[in-house]
Amino acid sequence: MSPTLTTSSEANGNVSAATARAAATAAAKAEQTGPQTITLAKALNTAMADAMHADPSVLVFGEDVGMLGGVFRITDGLTKTFGKSRCFDTPLAESGIVGMAVGMAMNGMRPVIEMQFDAFAYPAFEQIVSHVAKMHNRTKGTVKLPMVIRVPYAGGIGGVEHHCDSSEAYYAHTAGLKVFTPATVADGYRMLREAIDSDDPVMFMEPKKLYWSKDQVDLDALRAEHAENTERGTSSEGRAAVARPGTDATLIAYGPSVPTALAAAAAAAEEGRSLEVIDVRSLVPFDDETICASVRKTGRAVVIAEAHGFASVASEIVARVQERCFHHLAAPIRRVTGFDVPYPAPKLEHYYLPGVDRILDAVDDLQWED
Amino acid sequence: MTISADHTAQHPAPEAQTPGAAAPGPAPEDAASEAVRKFGITVEDYMLPARHQIQMVGPDGTLTPHTEQGAQPGHEYSLPGDDELLAAYEQLVVGRRVNDQNSALVRQGRMAVYPSSHGQEACQVAAALCLSEGDWMFPTYRDSVAVMARGVDPVQTMTLFRGDWHGGYDPSRHKVGIQCTPLTTQLLHGVGVAHAAKLRGEDTVVLAMCGDGATSEGDFHEALNFAAVFHLPVVFFVQNNQYAISVPLAHQSVAPSLAHKAVGYGMAGERVDGNDIVALLAVLGRAVRLAREGSGPLLVEAHTYRMQAHTNADDATRYRQDSEVAEWVAKDPLSRMKTYMTDRGLLDDDRAAGIAEKAEAVATQLREGLSEEVPVEPQDLFKYVFSTPTPQLKEQSAMLADELARDATSKSEVAK
Ligand SMILES: Cc1ncc(C[n+]2csc(CCOP(=O)(O)OP(=O)(O)O)c2C)c(N)n1
Ligand SMILES: [Mg+2]
Repeated sequence: MSPTLTTSSEANGNVSAATARAAATAAAKAEQTGPQTITLAKALNTAMADAMHADPSVLVFGEDVGMLGGVFRITDGLTKTFGKSRCFDTPLAESGIVGMAVGMAMNGMRPVIEMQFDAFAYPAFEQIVSHVAKMHNRTKGTVKLPMVIRVPYAGGIGGVEHHCDSSEAYYAHTAGLKVFTPATVADGYRMLREAIDSDDPVMFMEPKKLYWSKDQVDLDALRAEHAENTERGTSSEGRAAVARPGTDATLIAYGPSVPTALAAAAAAAEEGRSLEVIDVRSLVPFDDETICASVRKTGRAVVIAEAHGFASVASEIVARVQERCFHHLAAPIRRVTGFDVPYPAPKLEHYYLPGVDRILDAVDDLQWED
Repeated sequence: MTISADHTAQHPAPEAQTPGAAAPGPAPEDAASEAVRKFGITVEDYMLPARHQIQMVGPDGTLTPHTEQGAQPGHEYSLPGDDELLAAYEQLVVGRRVNDQNSALVRQGRMAVYPSSHGQEACQVAAALCLSEGDWMFPTYRDSVAVMARGVDPVQTMTLFRGDWHGGYDPSRHKVGIQCTPLTTQLLHGVGVAHAAKLRGEDTVVLAMCGDGATSEGDFHEALNFAAVFHLPVVFFVQNNQYAISVPLAHQSVAPSLAHKAVGYGMAGERVDGNDIVALLAVLGRAVRLAREGSGPLLVEAHTYRMQAHTNADDATRYRQDSEVAEWVAKDPLSRMKTYMTDRGLLDDDRAAGIAEKAEAVATQLREGLSEEVPVEPQDLFKYVFSTPTPQLKEQSAMLADELARDATSKSEVAK
């Protein structure tokens, strides 16, 4: 389950040769069958390609997603395979991209659109909040918007300002949007297919620092799983996963923080402490059940997120867990989040990001002596 | 599904030359050269609006002489047929009655708010009549009369303003977008609907509507540019009623006219007397036809006037003179059409009485429909947020149900 982190130091949010090479190698490997080592980028790319094969109404568009394949290469090859009508570049206008997708979704299409970076989705905020999120409700369900807004988000890649925002709370706070964020390569494929299948709009938050993380996955098995789920009407949507079982305390993390939480759990194990790691996966809908079951079992919890802590998804998780598990708690729930400062410049981001040490300090604070 | 259109801009995209790229599609259409061929005029003469607004029937109800209609080569318009004029006149009378009735219902407290299109009925009616059945309309909050003229049930149309729900009709069934309040956001939805239709090879035209003030919004720009770049059959219809709440057009734009904005996007613009339904039918009719034939998007600006306050909640005397309003009374779209139709022998007392009766029937429908106390269903709050409610919404819905049940019990205990 735990992906190997191979974040390239060259990869600073701009397109680097290393990224392109990695994508090309991954593309070649993807032709093999059976278990293979691929990147999250490749898993996302394959999910879109498979969805486009399966359904001609699935369209991909955004800025530089055509010939270039996106600045992160996530749409690599889609124009070549499916033609310029199915995967195409738009003028530089994020509100335009989202607004046009709304109209297309109203008229029989399933657009999968890319916001180039987290902070560059802000021009589209009005469309997202006032229309994407509300259309189904205001039309009493007569207009559905089956659309996916892919957002490369969060930091950890040495990106310059406006390229590293953790913007998930804005969307999670908005009623009517589903918010997914994969942390593993397999979930990249699985969750993007489910997002594209969803009749409701999905904000698909992709942890950009994990794009080049690799894991052994069997794409054919994932395809079979998807087909089976489709047939049965089941899915993994809205369910958290136990990324590492443990007994002493629960680390609750999502997206870019999951590998950090796993690293912290590994370090704690060496000190004899058994930490369970929960990968939230879906911020909306939220899986109270899995998360509370874990906290009831361990009695202690730390929530880890890169975003600012104030009024955040992490705050929401703490509130929900204490409402439901208060009498099982041996200590107050701790949060390890980014500081409440604008995302820092590359040379400072290391101080900002929740790291293993900060997580372990929080775990130490969970009143073990009582 | 066939996806046939190459919807990139008129200019070949750079990828077309790159080896390994998707095969270049058929020769991209070129709105400009198409127009040059069709009308024998220059690109500039096609895209720039005619030197003056197009007007066919003047405020006094007489036919404007051909030489003074404003048309010039490539921008010539012919009179709509008698049947079309009669249908339009009938809708005009109905529209005025609807505006007056709704304003009265607001005063009586039976409707929360109503942005009236009183004075703009010619624009409202022409917007609906220029479209075919398969076409789409994307209206604003002020365009209720256009929505009804398109065939949506009047009471369903007013649901939004009565306050029962945010919308009362099924947009897909009527091919009318839900009336939109965030300014110009709906134009992009129109662009998307047209784009989807084009990719499937359907000949749908979209009429996307907004006001003069709204042309300053960013989405206005993004929508026009997208429609032009993707070469989509969208007619942008701006009702320039001179005000955005209190702000006059001069504070909104110093462009020679709003129709002139079209050329900046590579599309054709035209301005028309917005109180002259004959000209409106001609200009919008041509725009829809050109869009359907593949000439790309067009922008039509109608000069009209918001005769009443922005909504019932607004006090227009704070920012404009009564004398200004009086000038526009003389340009009323209904009275000029009545004179014109009567003089042409198309309208006699019998016919006029029949039309008035139809208008009265719609008003009665509105009065009765809106005085009916439709009970609201509290559980509807949770029903439509998603196709399937999340566990969180189910919890909250159960909480409200419990609250209401306890309320009912305590009320019945009090009654005992
Ligand atoms: C994005 C946005 N900003 C502000 C408003 C508030 N508002 C509602 S109507 C209006 C004036 C719009 O004027 P115009 O476009 O000329 O249309 P009209 O009301 O005259 O028909 C304003 C400012 C809004 N609805 N949406
Ligand atoms: Mg106005």
